[in-house]
Amino acid sequence: MTELLNGRGLSLVPKTDVKQGLKDFKSDQEVRWCPGCGDYAILAAVQSFLPELGLKRENIVFVSGIGCSSRFPYYLNTYGFHSIHGRAPAIATGLAASRPDLSVWVITGDGDALSIGGNHLIHALRRNVNLNILLFNNRIYGLTKGQYSPTSEVGKITKSTPMGSLDKPFNPISLAIGAEASFVARTIDSDRKHLQSVLREATAHRGASLVEIYQNCNIFNDNAFEPLKDPEVRDDITLRLEHGQPIVSASKAVVRAASGGIEVVARDGVSEDEILVHDAHNPDPSIAFALSRLDEPAFEHVPIGVFRSVDRPSYEVAMAEQMEEAVQQKGPGDLSELLLGGDTWRIG
Amino acid sequence: MTKQVQQLDRVIIRFAGDSGDGMQLTGDRFTAGTAEFGNDLSTLPNFPAEIRAPAGTLPGVSSFQLHFADHDILTPGDAPNVLVAMNPAALKANLGDLPRGSDIIANTDEFTKRNLQKVGYAANPLEDDSLSEWRVHAVPLTSLTVKALEGFDLSKKDAERSKNMFALGLLSWLYHRPTEHTIKFLEQKFAKKPEIAKANIAAFQAGWNYGETTESFSVSYEVKPAQLTPGIYRNISGNQALAYGLIAASVQSKLPLFLGSYPITPASDILHELSKHKKFGIRTFQAEDEIAGVGAALGAAFGGALGVTTTSGPGVALKAETVGLAVTTELPLIIVDVQRAGPSTGMPTKTEQTDLLMAMFGRNGESPVPIVAPMSPCDCFDAAIEAARIAVKYRTPVMLLSDGYLANGSEPWRLPEVSDLPDISQEFTTTPNGDDGEFLPYKRDAETLARPWAIPGTAGLEHRIGGIEKADGTGNISYDPDNHDLMVRSRAAKIAGIDVPDLEVDDPDADAKVLVIGWGSTYGPIAAAIRRIRRNGGKAAQAHFRHLNPLPANTGEVLKRYDKVLLPEINLGQLALLLRARYLVDVISYNRVRGLPFKAEELAGVIQDVIDSD
Repeated sequence: MTELLNGRGLSLVPKTDVKQGLKDFKSDQEVRWCPGCGDYAILAAVQSFLPELGLKRENIVFVSGIGCSSRFPYYLNTYGFHSIHGRAPAIATGLAASRPDLSVWVITGDGDALSIGGNHLIHALRRNVNLNILLFNNRIYGLTKGQYSPTSEVGKITKSTPMGSLDKPFNPISLAIGAEASFVARTIDSDRKHLQSVLREATAHRGASLVEIYQNCNIFNDNAFEPLKDPEVRDDITLRLEHGQPIVSASKAVVRAASGGIEVVARDGVSEDEILVHDAHNPDPSIAFALSRLDEPAFEHVPIGVFRSVDRPSYEVAMAEQMEEAVQQKGPGDLSELLLGGDTWRIG
Repeated sequence: MTKQVQQLDRVIIRFAGDSGDGMQLTGDRFTAGTAEFGNDLSTLPNFPAEIRAPAGTLPGVSSFQLHFADHDILTPGDAPNVLVAMNPAALKANLGDLPRGSDIIANTDEFTKRNLQKVGYAANPLEDDSLSEWRVHAVPLTSLTVKALEGFDLSKKDAERSKNMFALGLLSWLYHRPTEHTIKFLEQKFAKKPEIAKANIAAFQAGWNYGETTESFSVSYEVKPAQLTPGIYRNISGNQALAYGLIAASVQSKLPLFLGSYPITPASDILHELSKHKKFGIRTFQAEDEIAGVGAALGAAFGGALGVTTTSGPGVALKAETVGLAVTTELPLIIVDVQRAGPSTGMPTKTEQTDLLMAMFGRNGESPVPIVAPMSPCDCFDAAIEAARIAVKYRTPVMLLSDGYLANGSEPWRLPEVSDLPDISQEFTTTPNGDDGEFLPYKRDAETLARPWAIPGTAGLEHRIGGIEKADGTGNISYDPDNHDLMVRSRAAKIAGIDVPDLEVDDPDADAKVLVIGWGSTYGPIAAAIRRIRRNGGKAAQAHFRHLNPLPANTGEVLKRYDKVLLPEINLGQLALLLRARYLVDVISYNRVRGLPFKAEELAGVIQDVIDSD
């Protein structure tokens, strides 16, 4: 069982010897998101990424909650469970904990994961169940037709907040790091190459991985992430996080601040060796957390990539180990022996 | 001096003290000795929800009642013959239940001015004549214990803590209980603290010897072993029996058990028990909340496990949406509701039968769920297997309605032969079932109306399920009006068609005019009440529901066979409402919701009144 602990990502999931392509992962269902929705790009990216894993298709399960993004499982020709609002991490936990031979994905949105299902998300992360959680963050409620979400900026004018929203939003990356997540990343719907590179790392990681995907809702919150897509500015504001590489954008660099934290400075004002080198595997989460705070004020600079990826025993493996240990110590379960196990007496 | 030995056919003892006095342990040990001796028995623990309420106060009183007899008995007994009162609060809280003439063994050391004042005694009731109608044995239990332990290297406080074992020793002498078991138990319990073990054993023996020598007790009592059905027995509580039933269900269904649960009184002991048996391939998952507990169980069921969640009423309220998801995804799931007094937090340690209508209807939409209710602590074992059988065979969530009385009460259990347990296994679907070689996850079995259960890892049967309405057959999303009507009716027909045994009627001469019915934990008190009626020459028939949904097929016919139908329930008439609605029978309800089980005498009076009325 110890080799399981050392195994990477999906090492317990049976491999296929059939060559797979994108169309093997398309279901026969008509995709019904609004034309122009960022979900299309994510679906296509996932469908074209899955063959790369080389897993038996029947051992892949997509579990979702409720919301636009949660329709995702219907469009993938794998096993799928479209559940109820906010509960996908809990349902997926039961499935993944009892079936280490499955690749279990959770598809969720900002309302599903961070509002109604916030409790399940943080506990799935701290437990480190082997789940790949894709959080489609469009900063709005789409399916209920346009109310502000827990990631909407303060002052957001929506149907439910005609004078502006009052509550401070969650930063999903900060939240995940605070919840003891062992893998935390951010990517963007429109950058398929980056999205797939993050999925590659997330699936290689054993334990819970949280991938926040900035996703455009062109109906209720269009262009929410436009600066990251605008060719004029995107290269300047996007700080790419790559393990072992200096954290820079085209014109900016992250350095240690005199205050003890980190700060973003003009890249041409510092020497290469002053620039912070990204260490995604650092056991201490404080730098990763500090990086997650860099996008305040919004879109001045936004780190994307893998913030944190550390090895920690995954829950289902530890659970299986305890069961194995129990058998080793006491032998396999025997029902007669169990029933006779207390203080018994015979009559007649 | 040779003491007189008196034969009794049955005795009811109540141990009562502060919640820190170890009354539950004392009761447990006396029960174990009694079981070993071969009496039939039944127990009723009664304790506050607070772990340590302020010492010496009425809310802090914890008690344990044990009824044992030389014949088979059905309840923990109505009124104690003996009260062991470890302090004034225990006396005051329990005196009202104590018939005049019965024995009180009081720990005089605790009847101090301060303790008396705490519970509002102006004078010491052991010293004035207020207890003259009872037989009072004033015993300085604490100081006798401390004296007995003088030779031990213990603080006075530690020595005092053994006073419950002194009391146990005294009662063991008084009722001729075997002692070996308790000594062995204490040795094991304190194996790592041999000094404490020896001290407790010494206190226990000192209590026994005190009985033997003191003049305060001139008579001891013998209750002969009962003539029970031959077999191997053990004493078991409802919660433990239910946990064992779930393990047996896992073995008999050949499905790994997955328990998703959140701690809640009075259900937590099932989680504790199952957590000890990982070698059976059992996964126990203490979730972040009630919703996650049932969610994880349902996720595991999707993966081919026997998914179970254990809780009490407040937890069922939280799980409702997920149970609805299990109804519509048609996956097996067991929801164990150990009912307690509500609404809201209610009285967590007290019993009630008030969740029946929640189990029936407490979800959005037309959302039928089968309901099974055990009728005794032992029956929790069989009821758990029955719930699993229905869940697996019909691919449905099943509610198992236990309650606090069954959960914590105990009785001797004749162990079943494992080879006699039913095989409840079902095959997973592994091949396509459509005419064109496709897989139709919602194509129903013609007989059971169950849909196929194809689990992830099965090649070629990849499919998607969810909470949105599904098209018959394909399971694809469908908003078609006629399809929805068909699916609502199909789900209802599936549950209505579950095979449940007919209602059995106990009517020895088949000439009773009054039928007394009940469900769940009221079986014992109702049956005991009917025995009283019959002993006095009266006639009453009894029938008891273990299946509440669907109801047994002969229910209507049985109800209509009698002039009057009486239904005692520990709620305000929930089953009565269902029966009246479905069978148009004028059920007479008798309802008490005091957080306590019915008493046999009370019910006998009610039944007699119904017999006598026109």
